[in-house]
Amino acid sequence: MNRSWLLWAPLAVTACIGGLATYGLVVPKDEQVRSAMIGQKLPEFALPPATQGVLPLSNTDMGDGKPRLLNIFASWCIPCKAEAPQLEALEAAGVEIDGIAIRDRPEDVAAFLDEFGNPYRRIGGDSEMAVQLKLGSSGVPETYVIAADGTILFQHIGDIRTEHVPMLIEKLKATK
Amino acid sequence: MKIFVPILLMLAAPAFSQGSGPTPALANRQLPDPAKEAEATRLMHSLRCIQCQGQSIADSDASMAATMRAEVRQQIVAGQKPEAIRVWMIERYGEWVSFEPDFKGAGLLLWLTPIILLFVSFWLARGLFRRRT
Repeated sequence: MNRSWLLWAPLAVTACIGGLATYGLVVPKDEQVRSAMIGQKLPEFALPPATQGVLPLSNTDMGDGKPRLLNIFASWCIPCKAEAPQLEALEAAGVEIDGIAIRDRPEDVAAFLDEFGNPYRRIGGDSEMAVQLKLGSSGVPETYVIAADGTILFQHIGDIRTEHVPMLIEKLKATK
Repeated sequence: MKIFVPILLMLAAPAFSQGSGPTPALANRQLPDPAKEAEATRLMHSLRCIQCQGQSIADSDASMAATMRAEVRQQIVAGQKPEAIRVWMIERYGEWVSFEPDFKGAGLLLWLTPIILLFVSFWLARGLFRRRT
């Protein structure tokens, strides 16, 4: 019986492992943990106002026939400060934005809004991050596109940069 | 003296990055029932922290891990089975969040490869011994 091909098997296996290792080195690693809730309805939650003078936020406030953005932010988060002008641009374009302040104190949220403006319709305070967990959100800032019927359509991880603004408006328009 | 101010601020930055809100009560407090606490702890060691990836939520001091520990303990107290809580986490963060891959999909390959390799090595060894006798 001719088994000479078997001699090549170890080399082939080694080459495969080598190839995998090279691939792992060359291709940049995506360390973002995406939410598995995309395409599903918003989970049930009811959050108190994040600070004085803002409206509270519950899941029934969204999905009432109008698509919206849900922005997860915190006063202690530096990229959240960087995305403030983009949120204002979105608001100026007629987009309704609801906010959830993560692990924050009312006085800190108030100072944050004073300094960077308030583009939000409602801001819920998620001081124990429980709603963040329900949403499958992995950090701050994150922005979700919520359909008119309350379905989570899209998750943007990280701060909204200038180039993301038209993309988010497009996604909202596409849901109507 | 002024030169120390930026250095001190840099050292202090990690203290700010965790947020200013309260830590959930059950994040760092054991359950009164030791059996339930053992169940919760065992599950916490097999769930991956979202923030500091690679550590389990039992080992991590990140605020996200604290929240996840509190969630696990709350659901255990509510009478939920550990495996149901694992599924709850997977429904939100995907298979990635579990350190114990399920017996399906890519996880199947992970579980079966050692067994397949064992059979292949038996088969190879059998051929070798037969030739010798």
